[in-house]
Amino acid sequence: MNTGRHINEIYKQYSRRVQATLIRLLGDFDLAEEVTQEAFTAALRQWPQQGVPENPSAWLITAGHRRGIDHIRRRQTARHNQPLLADDESATPETDTDHIDDDLLRLIFTCCHPGLAIEAQLALTLREVCGLTTEQVASALLQKPATTAQRIVRAKRKIKEARIPYEVPERRELPERLENVLKVIYLIFNEGYSSSSGDEIVNLGLAREAIRLASLLAELLPEGEVFGLLALMLLQDSRRNARQDDNGDLITLEEQNRDLWDHEQILSGLTALTKALELTPTAPYTLQASIAATHAQASGTEDTDWARIARLYEALYREVPSPVIALNRAVAVAMHGTPAEGLKLIDDLASHKAIQNYYLFHAARADLYRRSGDLSSARAAYQRALALTQQGPEQRFLSQRLAQLDNA
Amino acid sequence: MKYVALVYYQESIINRMSEKEWHDLNQECIAGVERLTEQGKFVTGQPLQPIETATTVRVRDDEVLISDGPFAETKEQLAGFYLLEANDLNEALQLASRIPPARFGSIEVRPARELPPKD
Repeated sequence: MNTGRHINEIYKQYSRRVQATLIRLLGDFDLAEEVTQEAFTAALRQWPQQGVPENPSAWLITAGHRRGIDHIRRRQTARHNQPLLADDESATPETDTDHIDDDLLRLIFTCCHPGLAIEAQLALTLREVCGLTTEQVASALLQKPATTAQRIVRAKRKIKEARIPYEVPERRELPERLENVLKVIYLIFNEGYSSSSGDEIVNLGLAREAIRLASLLAELLPEGEVFGLLALMLLQDSRRNARQDDNGDLITLEEQNRDLWDHEQILSGLTALTKALELTPTAPYTLQASIAATHAQASGTEDTDWARIARLYEALYREVPSPVIALNRAVAVAMHGTPAEGLKLIDDLASHKAIQNYYLFHAARADLYRRSGDLSSARAAYQRALALTQQGPEQRFLSQRLAQLDNA
Repeated sequence: MKYVALVYYQESIINRMSEKEWHDLNQECIAGVERLTEQGKFVTGQPLQPIETATTVRVRDDEVLISDGPFAETKEQLAGFYLLEANDLNEALQLASRIPPARFGSIEVRPARELPPKD
């Protein structure tokens, strides 16, 4: 392999880790980014002649650190008009590459600190941990680049000025903080899976970044729910090629061509789920992954174990008592038993105000009315659902269903 | 008697200041604190970093909830506080009126409350 290509590989593999360590050593996100680039530039110049060092990341960290110290000194000199310090002691850093993984974990927990606004956590994680450019982050999150840039700048300033520590939380705080990290990753995934408005349902880039983040996290911090979330996303994303037809229209799980599912990814998902089930069998992401796995293992709606899915939703509802989960349970009950049983459970939910504005609530009711043969109730419910969604493909799907009812 | 003087101003005014104006304002505050200390009126005090560094903690159902902000849609932001020793409100107000940001912001003066004796 030629050295240039080799360096490219090393960049992909190590740049995030090198930068994470430099943030710790220099205490400054922007400076760390600058000197990471400089260190790689130096590598591109030197390595082709001198050969790739035995421990490339240690070399890069040392080079970056030395440059960072130089920058800091130059700034101080400019500010105080002091002569450059003559001693060179601090320019030879002790570089402990043993902790390089910890630094990446520190970076993740810092970017996902609950003291930052949630939008800022998303943007910062994509920018710093995934290594996307600000423009890429903006386009992935459907924001104006200036808005994203401002959010990132503001978040970094807060980290510095309020002194959000660059550390992995201690054991006592870890569960809550990890929950927040997982929330950020899943938000990134969902942002990719179903952008809240617009014409494309699947933004593959973001879903892939979220999966990459979760696999990385599983490597660094092998907790049950990390595997649970990883399994959930792998299984959901395995259906990406079957969810939309060529026109970008939505295809329901029931009508999807299961040959288009990514079976290799399903296997990876099931492997992650096995680990999650060993560690945290009743935790929310693990339960959701179990539901996704039940679908993944069926060859069609008829041989899906709906009774198991209903039980899993019931267990999930005990952990997270949200009306949306109750709605899904109602649908599973209807699939296992009769539409009337499901409709009864759904009607019990109507007292929740928030769910009245949730288009899937009305779409689910409409579907069960359709199955039970009550077409006029189905029509009214589809119309309610249609009025509540802004997404092109979902609107088209609901319009189609309405048209089918009219032709029935 | 102790009074707290809460200093509020629009951060945008500060942000528009030149480096010289900002420097002078800080020096004026330092001189003010020196004068209050000499008079025995200054208990403690501290200027604060801008509102965007603020983080809010709440505990609900034993769960610690942390959030960014607050960013209430108020015109002025809390910029610092003084704990003053004054005989009465009039004296406290007179002392507060000499806090430099009073000229472009506002100073909220409130008597400090003592906690009841320990059971």
